[in-house]
Amino acid sequence: MPQRVEPRILRAGLGVLWVAVKAEPRIFGLSVAASGLYAVTTVGSAWVLGDVTQQVVLPAFRTGHATAGALTAGALAIIAVAFFKALGVAGRRFYAGLMQYRLQATYRRAVTRQYLRLPLAWHHQHPTGQLLSNANADVEAVWAPIAPLPMAVGVVFMLVIAAVSMLATDVWIAAVGFLIFPAVALLNVVYQRRLSPLAARAQQLRAEVSEVAHESFEGGLVVKTLGREDLETARFAERANELRDANVAVGRVRGLFDPMLEALPNLGVLAVLLIGSIRLEHGAITSGDLVHVAYLFTLLAWPIRALGWVLAEVPRSVVGWERVRGVLDATGSLPFGQASLEGPAAAALEVRDVRFGYGEGDVLHDVSFTVQPGRTTAVVGPTGSGKSTLTALLVRLVDPAAGLVLLDGVDARDVRRGGLAETAALVPQETYLFDDTVRGNVTLGAELTDEEVWEALRAAQADGFVAALPSGLDTELGERGTTLSGGQRQRLALARALVRQPRLLVLDDATSSVDPQVEARILKGLRESTASVVVVAYRRATITLADEVVYVQHGRVLDRGTHEELLDRSGGYRDLVTAYEVDSLTRGVSRTVSLNGAGNATSQRKEGAR
Amino acid sequence: MSTLSETSRTESALSTLRRGVRLSPEFRVGLAGTLGLALAATVGRVVVPVAVQQTIDHGLHAHAGPDVAFIRTAVLICAVVVAFTALCAYTMNVRLYRTSESGLAALRVKAFRHVHDLSMLTQSGERRGALVSRVTGDVDQISQFMQWGGLMFLISAGQLVVASVLMLIYSWPLALLVWVSFLPLAFALRRFQRLVSAAYITVRERVGQLLSAVSESVVGASVIRAYAAEDRTARRVDESVEHFRAAQTRAQALVALTFPSSELVAALATGGVVVAGTLLGIGGHLTAGELVAFLFLVTLFVGPMQVATEVLNDAQNAIAGWRRVLGVLDTEPDVADPGPGGVELPRGPIEVRFEDVGFAYPGGPQVLKDVTVDIAPQTRVAVVGETGSGKTTFAKLLTRLMDPSSGRVLVDGVPLDAVRFSSLRERIVMVPQDGYLFDATLADNVRYGRPAATDEELLLALTELGLGEWLDGLPRGLATPVGQRGESLSAGERQLVALARAYLADPDLLVLDEATSAVDPATEVRIQRALDGVTRGRTAIAIAHRLSTAEAADEVIVFDGGRVVQRGPHSTLVAEPGVYADLYASWAAQREA
Repeated sequence: MPQRVEPRILRAGLGVLWVAVKAEPRIFGLSVAASGLYAVTTVGSAWVLGDVTQQVVLPAFRTGHATAGALTAGALAIIAVAFFKALGVAGRRFYAGLMQYRLQATYRRAVTRQYLRLPLAWHHQHPTGQLLSNANADVEAVWAPIAPLPMAVGVVFMLVIAAVSMLATDVWIAAVGFLIFPAVALLNVVYQRRLSPLAARAQQLRAEVSEVAHESFEGGLVVKTLGREDLETARFAERANELRDANVAVGRVRGLFDPMLEALPNLGVLAVLLIGSIRLEHGAITSGDLVHVAYLFTLLAWPIRALGWVLAEVPRSVVGWERVRGVLDATGSLPFGQASLEGPAAAALEVRDVRFGYGEGDVLHDVSFTVQPGRTTAVVGPTGSGKSTLTALLVRLVDPAAGLVLLDGVDARDVRRGGLAETAALVPQETYLFDDTVRGNVTLGAELTDEEVWEALRAAQADGFVAALPSGLDTELGERGTTLSGGQRQRLALARALVRQPRLLVLDDATSSVDPQVEARILKGLRESTASVVVVAYRRATITLADEVVYVQHGRVLDRGTHEELLDRSGGYRDLVTAYEVDSLTRGVSRTVSLNGAGNATSQRKEGAR
Repeated sequence: MSTLSETSRTESALSTLRRGVRLSPEFRVGLAGTLGLALAATVGRVVVPVAVQQTIDHGLHAHAGPDVAFIRTAVLICAVVVAFTALCAYTMNVRLYRTSESGLAALRVKAFRHVHDLSMLTQSGERRGALVSRVTGDVDQISQFMQWGGLMFLISAGQLVVASVLMLIYSWPLALLVWVSFLPLAFALRRFQRLVSAAYITVRERVGQLLSAVSESVVGASVIRAYAAEDRTARRVDESVEHFRAAQTRAQALVALTFPSSELVAALATGGVVVAGTLLGIGGHLTAGELVAFLFLVTLFVGPMQVATEVLNDAQNAIAGWRRVLGVLDTEPDVADPGPGGVELPRGPIEVRFEDVGFAYPGGPQVLKDVTVDIAPQTRVAVVGETGSGKTTFAKLLTRLMDPSSGRVLVDGVPLDAVRFSSLRERIVMVPQDGYLFDATLADNVRYGRPAATDEELLLALTELGLGEWLDGLPRGLATPVGQRGESLSAGERQLVALARAYLADPDLLVLDEATSAVDPATEVRIQRALDGVTRGRTAIAIAHRLSTAEAADEVIVFDGGRVVQRGPHSTLVAEPGVYADLYASWAAQREA
């Protein structure tokens, strides 16, 4: 059954089109004017042909002679009308495209501006894939009806002129037109209405096929190492077959309606011939009139479908518009204050009773600690205890649900826009590199000299491999820096932070892929810098560099103090930090024991598990 | 660097077509019938001109004055023909869709499977997006061509042929005139098509750049905020949006200019037909009805010319897409399953032997040299060495992700390349450092190791690995969604899931390639201990840079510069001067600093 167009959708669709017309009135006007020219000349060309037939051709056939002047005039009239028609077609297509692409560009810019403006918390609530399709596919869908819109407007105009032209010829023949053209238009509306959900489903399945392939190939190593190729192929085949069925369903509808839409005007011409010949017999019309109307039917059969094209795009456009508006109207924001954080010296940091959660339960509870200017604090805790979340709060990627983060005594929320980035730099656990050069990735657009960049690379122990790259600082890193090893990527990210000479440096396990000897050199350099440092670490060499250690577990600060103090009084901390040593020592014992039998190894395991 | 087969990229369109059809025999099902129907369907297009001609010549201008009875009969016959050809068109469409889509679905699945069968090296030599395109966009392009371009081509060609035949019957000089008018356009369209196609290639390139710029604003959201790089990103986005718009507009301008050219040519032809036809008519060589029929027939030339550039573009894209898909299928998997003739290894403790194994990446230096190693069943071995010493290569050869350049690897005395993959992957499982997770729940991901496992078995496996407490700490436990690529979990947690997944698969040889590098020390030690217990009775090989693993192993194999330089238990190695003692000293300094 054809879906009924809900009046709501139609109204919303008209609303979207009105937005477009208001945004680009001049271009819309030009495209409609060109389309009007196209309409007039289309009907005109049929009229001219009928007239030439009646005035020049038939008399010549009857009388057996023709004047060269009349023949030439007839031919020129046909060509002149066609010239203006071609002009109309070209103008209509060009301006329709121009308008569509300008609107796309405007809204793509607006959507990405929102992505950059909205707080990270908003990003956390929206999957990456969805945001990418909002900016791309959805924006495209919104303005898809713009392409056939001028033609549709022109067609309405064309139908009015054609109706007048036919009525002027003969009422009975016009009656055929009044039956056939609405029927063609209606049939096409039904067609597009039935096609559109099927086409949308095929489109959706294409996206799903792509998702399965993407995920499966990305996890190719897992598939291979576990020998799950059959399972994956079955998973993919299921989607591919659904897509096949959806495409065939589209084909069925197209296969049914396309021939009908073609046959209908043909039947119309045949009806015109039949009724026309009767009218001719009565002397109500001439042969030229008959040719004129029959030709008009042939010419109108195609453009009249444009009405259906616009209507077909409307539901998709409305859905796209709702999604795009969802981004544009998102209100969440990270308001900035006026305060500046000035001063060349290291920053003081205070975290006071901070609570934070991503939705289900809190990740951090009542976290408090301070970092004196120039001091280094290590944050230590088991996997999944909320350390990375804490680092995000320190540089105000997110705001705490309760409590305060203070820099130099100023609430981070009161600092002016950009003020925190000048003061504090975070090097996250997972490195993100831009599709840019080495230089671009380090400076991120800041005006910095080559010396400053090399200086930072040296401090991050990255100068060696960067110098060895084919174009040095200007080497393009490509898609997410895949050409570099994990350790190299981490060192570039570190250089990106250091080049800004931050007064507070936050390192989230930022050297985990770097060889120990290289890491030792980096840390030595950092100790000599003047910044305050917060470092998340497991390696004891890193922890012992810190003036103070904050030990977290399950999102709470369990203890604070120097490494020695914590070793002394906190059992959990001791277990975590000395795990390898203890293991090493007990191995010495268990090795001799386990030689006596496997049973002991099992009891060892249970002990370890506690 | 692309390692996919290049041979097919230069072959002719026709041979691509032939090979493509041979690979997907579904395309040929009922092809003759479909073509016959297509021919019948196009006949419907000339019914109107014939009816017009008949009406004028025999109905209106009959010697005895207008003959309405004749016209009524003629119109009725024509109406029946129109209805019949519409039915033919419907049947042809449905047949064409069904066979082409079946063929393409089979091709998609075949190519998908083939990508997984390619060796790890071939896979990693391609951009991931490129491989995805082989089974999505490239096949879609063929599909689009079959459904629109190919259909149009069929109909247009038929329409031109049928119209031309009819023209020749009516008057050959006029037919010639129409042909001569349209011929230059046909040649010009070929040029237009090249221009338009180049313009659309630019559009596609720019859309790629646009997507990459937009994705930075989403994927890099936290770095952009941390470094206040909003303006820079906005600038880059604006630039790519503008480039894309300019390319689209240019392509549209080209199409807008070339599209109506056929209208002009048609008008020239029509004008010529009127003049020449009238003159011919005066000479008695043509009737009035035939002349008017010609005017209608000329309009049948316009449609095919208007869509020609688009059809050619479509065809070109489809052929290129098909070539790329065939390119994947042409690439021989260089690490191949021996197939049904291969050896099935019975389950039980595994013994491994490397005989004079050497390995070099294609075009690269030797990364492993003369490695000869025996690993006894049921031993736990640690493989250590500096970054780049060859230890990960060793693991990849051991699990047959790659084949050695020289020498051979044997399991239980059987050369690895003679063992069936189904048997090999069941008995030997590796946990790579970057444990990739699928966008599903934690339970689904662990169950990937053994699809038949119940929730109880999953819980048991996680508990045996000492991860019970961690699991209890997750608000939704086993039902926790891990997000895309597992990104809702921390790096350490992802490794825990990957480890549990491999553990559940219950292999006889477990190879860990720095599988716990992002996990906290206490958890790592706990896992280590747990594995010690549960891997008793199987063979376990761990590639490690934390030497706690080496201390716990039965034997340590030390790599340096692609060679095995030392091997023996930790207690022996640490006491003798050498690479291991140095590595250990630096590790101990780190640990105890």
